[in-house]
Amino acid sequence: MSENTNILVVGIGGQGVMTATEILAEAAIAFGHDAKKTEVAGMAQRGGVVSSHLRFGKKVLSPQITPGTADVLLGFESAETMRWQHMLRPDGITLMNTARLVPPVVELGLFDYPDDPLAEIKKVGRKVVAFDATSIAQELGDIRLGNTVMLGAIADHLPFSAEVLLDCVLKRFQRKGEKLVELNRRAFEAGRAAVGEAESAVA
Amino acid sequence: MAAVMPAVAASRLLLSGNEAVARAVWEAGVKVAAAYPGTPSTEMMEVVSTYPDLYAEWSVNEKVSLEVAIGAAYAGSRAFCCMKHVGMNVASDALMTLTLTGVIGGLVIAIADDVGLSSSQNEQDSRYWGRFAHVPVLEPADSQEAYEMTLYGYELSEKYQVPVILRMTTRINHVKSLVIVGERVPQVSAGFKKEPGRFVMVPGNAGKRIPLMFKRDIELRALAETSPLNFIEDGSDKRVGFIASGPAYMHVKESFPDAPVLKLGFSCPVPFEMCRQFAAMVDQVVVVEEVEPLIETELKAQGLKVIGKEILPLQGELSPNVLKPAIARLLGEKVPEMQSTVAMKVFPRPPTMCVACPHLGVYYTLSQVRNLTISGDIGCYTLGAGHPWNALDTCVSMGASMGMALGLDKGRGEADKDKRIVAVIGDSTFLHMGMQGLLDMVYNKGNVTVLLLDNRAVGMTGGQDNPGNGRDIYGDDAPRVDFAKLVAALGVKEERIHTVNPYELPVLFKTIRDEVKVPEVSVIITDQPCVLIKDYHKMRPFEVIDDKCTGCGNCIDVGCPAIHVTRRAKEIKPNGREVDLAFVRIESSVCTGCTLCVQPCAPGAIVHYAPVSPIKLVNMGCGSCNE
Repeated sequence: MSENTNILVVGIGGQGVMTATEILAEAAIAFGHDAKKTEVAGMAQRGGVVSSHLRFGKKVLSPQITPGTADVLLGFESAETMRWQHMLRPDGITLMNTARLVPPVVELGLFDYPDDPLAEIKKVGRKVVAFDATSIAQELGDIRLGNTVMLGAIADHLPFSAEVLLDCVLKRFQRKGEKLVELNRRAFEAGRAAVGEAESAVA
Repeated sequence: MAAVMPAVAASRLLLSGNEAVARAVWEAGVKVAAAYPGTPSTEMMEVVSTYPDLYAEWSVNEKVSLEVAIGAAYAGSRAFCCMKHVGMNVASDALMTLTLTGVIGGLVIAIADDVGLSSSQNEQDSRYWGRFAHVPVLEPADSQEAYEMTLYGYELSEKYQVPVILRMTTRINHVKSLVIVGERVPQVSAGFKKEPGRFVMVPGNAGKRIPLMFKRDIELRALAETSPLNFIEDGSDKRVGFIASGPAYMHVKESFPDAPVLKLGFSCPVPFEMCRQFAAMVDQVVVVEEVEPLIETELKAQGLKVIGKEILPLQGELSPNVLKPAIARLLGEKVPEMQSTVAMKVFPRPPTMCVACPHLGVYYTLSQVRNLTISGDIGCYTLGAGHPWNALDTCVSMGASMGMALGLDKGRGEADKDKRIVAVIGDSTFLHMGMQGLLDMVYNKGNVTVLLLDNRAVGMTGGQDNPGNGRDIYGDDAPRVDFAKLVAALGVKEERIHTVNPYELPVLFKTIRDEVKVPEVSVIITDQPCVLIKDYHKMRPFEVIDDKCTGCGNCIDVGCPAIHVTRRAKEIKPNGREVDLAFVRIESSVCTGCTLCVQPCAPGAIVHYAPVSPIKLVNMGCGSCNE
């Protein structure tokens, strides 16, 4: 049903895709929505493809996003962001981390990694915003902040305020001390700013 | 896992189907819960074990887990057992007689069907067991229903003294949605009462129980006719009415909001009268079920005119983008155009072994030994069938590597007379169902070299504990199996048993090459832990000296995901042959210093990582104690 919001989060096993989607689901629920989150995980732990679906709205029935109906595609990895483009609505938006994680089958010379995934996506004519979440996290002092950067990146593309999502992110770190909460707040805002700047540059 | 204080009653929680069932198991006052891990069922027992006031265990296989649950149910306590679809094949021997004795304490068996094959060797429909074993099947459509049906399952089980199957699928087990939970209601165990005519299933006793089972079938069908789990939702568009069960119900509601729907939650035995009434309300009926046409076939046998698998696939999930075009075609309408563009072409990304995985050394070595037929098994090491090793030739079922290796040996034709037969099996799979195969191999004088990869974990499902690592489901110490002694007790000669460190490639290579030449059963045990469990200790990482790398590509053949190609080139050898070169770097931030890539590196280009900042070294450990 079209009144649902459909968010697709993609990447590879071990990147934190599923946790990020779960936090997005918690935010949707905190805002008062019904929500369903699903993915095919199974062997994904071993560096395989992961795509996590989140649907929320007044009432959600089917948990899967039908191809061509995703509102936002949040990509943790460049080639994976390309792989799932067909899931987006024609006017949907892609928010992508420019990280390139090259799998062994490419290292073995059996397949090629696309030279410029961002350009390929742009060629289709969809809205896309790219940013380097990994570098942003590194600048903040810990590469593990990358996931929070990614959540910050999507914060202004949700039908509820960014603060709802920020609260849900920070709740996860409350038990681990104020220092970590503060670091994640900064990572979240940095992700938000990165997308904001890239968008205003395009405009 | 440590026990946690469960959320209070009436809380609205975001739970997966697995978590919802676990919550209901606890609330139902279950005393004993047992399972063997298997995707997508694993989290059920993991979460059950976090609740207080019950006993949970990882059993060695699904049959044992069901038997543990049966014993508890005979003792008059509520019991729970869960498994993936193929697990019930293993447990079915117990199920098929359990249905005759029935239970005292309630028993719910949750079976998780991997519809869509996310992590399984086949796709099978567990609802067949309801028909085969004459037991009721409940089919939830989301987490809330999984929770409610589990609770109801215990009432049903005790009222009719019958085990109840909760049939789940990946889209129930792994979908998170909102669940309103209740609180635990403690149960009083009825106690075990000797009743040999019922609990000792010898022919004379069993024969008397069979008519009771048929009588129960009739009662359960009558119950299904009035069960609130089966209900009709009327709709304005009566051209097609849908009979749907499980997650397919949600896809029907999503796709056809105006169509009448009969939802079957209590789907076995099928409530025929209810279906007949529903059919009279609509122009035509389409049965939507994953995966086999069970309800459909039974309705057709009743003389009902229904449509099902004539227009819907027999394989995989029935999502809206499968249903909508099928129904449009049925109605002679224009097939709705999915808005999707054609997917962009991107390389495949199959699952890989982890950085520094001990199996890398095993498969690298196997890929270097010629003339092998490698009988494989189920676990992370099944990935050895893929690139770059291509060193696993079969995979059928849990433990099958053993018996199949013997069959490959005994059944070899003239063309294979010089082939060496190797079997590869993990520790947990060996304990699950491999031991018997090895015993058979020894007893029948096979000529097979067995590689027992002991990584002290059920790796593929997330590193669960098992008798091989000496910890129970709570992480507490438990007796640890001594694999060398175990295989010796099964009859493998002491001189044919070797325990080898899989990171020592020359030793591993020599041991395998020597043992495959010996025409009897050998067992080579590798003894290093899974890199994802706490037993694994990281060592100092490596890096590649760019100037020294000759591009030979030997290190790439190890298959470690930390090794990346920086550039490729071609070289003409003195003999005129052209060879491809691949120069590499190591992602030192993820390297844990296992040395597997260092050993085949001829020019010595791989050295310990010398970071700019000394802080990183302290974080990683200096590694010198391991060298």
